[in-house]
Amino acid sequence: MPSPYRVVGRRAETADVVTLALEPLAEPRPPFRHGQFHMLTAFGVGEVAISVSSPPTDGGPIEHTVRDVGPVTHALCSSESGTVLGVRGPFGTDWGLEDLHEGSDVGALRLGLEHPAEADVVVVAGGIGLAPLRGALCDLARRPGGRLFVAVGARSPDQVIYGPDLEAWARAGASVDVTVDVPSADWDGPVGLVTMLLTGATFDAGRTVALVCGPEVMMRFAAGTLIDRGVDPRRIRVSLERNMQCGVAQCGHCQLGPLLLCRDGPVVPYAAASQLLQERER
Amino acid sequence: MRQTTLPELVARHPLLSGLPGDAVEHVAGCARNMSFPAGRLLQREGDPADTLYLLRRGRVRIEVHAPGRPPAVIETVGPGHIVGWSWLFPPFQWRFDARAVDGVGAIAIDGACLRAKAQEQPAFGYALLQRVAALLFDRLVASRVRLLDLYATDGRA
Repeated sequence: MPSPYRVVGRRAETADVVTLALEPLAEPRPPFRHGQFHMLTAFGVGEVAISVSSPPTDGGPIEHTVRDVGPVTHALCSSESGTVLGVRGPFGTDWGLEDLHEGSDVGALRLGLEHPAEADVVVVAGGIGLAPLRGALCDLARRPGGRLFVAVGARSPDQVIYGPDLEAWARAGASVDVTVDVPSADWDGPVGLVTMLLTGATFDAGRTVALVCGPEVMMRFAAGTLIDRGVDPRRIRVSLERNMQCGVAQCGHCQLGPLLLCRDGPVVPYAAASQLLQERER
Repeated sequence: MRQTTLPELVARHPLLSGLPGDAVEHVAGCARNMSFPAGRLLQREGDPADTLYLLRRGRVRIEVHAPGRPPAVIETVGPGHIVGWSWLFPPFQWRFDARAVDGVGAIAIDGACLRAKAQEQPAFGYALLQRVAALLFDRLVASRVRLLDLYATDGRA
């Protein structure tokens, strides 16, 4: 059963993307990890899976960034402060940032790196795919070791989300680049596919961990570019999306090969996902 | 402090890194250092295509002009990329404009000189064309993926 949460903040990111800040009505805020998702209910309309977009280390309201693409997301995006929504979760796997902590033996083993705390991190995001990475980026920008490279692709400048965050991460020392497919007259940034941003980036491929989220086709090409640059596929993590419905690996709607993505995903090592992403739907 | 030589700059560019020293010397023999202020054209549609640019710093817009509207920006390229394919193929004329977005530093390689050396030394020519073709391939793939308009609304819930 969904728990009641109140909308305590609403921020328009673009014309059709809204970030909602939610607080539980009756219980303490449950813990969650970077990259996990909740099932959000707009009562009387329906339920949809939305990734958490705020960092778990921030004790404030939980933020979700929603794009208005159908009846449920339209109802969510239209929610004003004070609206009560339903929340189930958190569900699924996370970006595994603890693997990058100093002295993480599991991280060293999983990543095949002797000093994971010093790894460079490359984040590649496309469109609304930046939302599930935002919480991780807030904490990665504060990380003492290694360098952070952020490559963001968007359709057009007015569809770039989290402008103030992108600036803050750059001020914190991250290399942040945004590219668009269709520039406006006043856009003087890069134009082209997000993978083009990786060509000139100076990350050390031999000790790089990559986090990738966006349209599936973009993720395949981004992962391919990273591998071409020398990044070990074990160190590339992608966030996969299917039709999440139950959230507890019972209904099978989110099945991808042997994976039930509401439980075994959304974040999956590319080494495990690559073959599955080549499978054609029948 | 010792100044970096042209062959060293050429050897560092991703297009040529890892090629044998004599190949780098062949390219460096046709090369010179150039810089372009913001707004300056590196190439202009219809002009003779005589140069391959290896970008070292700054960004370059690939543009196409059209009447009654500002030039359409097809893509931008930055350090590590190259500008200009048309020096390779007859009729050796630029097909697009290329304009410096900010201060651009590039190694400009004379196209005719490079073609002549490639013809004289087929092993060098083949290695060079493999590298250029790989970059062309990457740009073609990127263009095809962009045609998909991936970031358009695709959900329903």
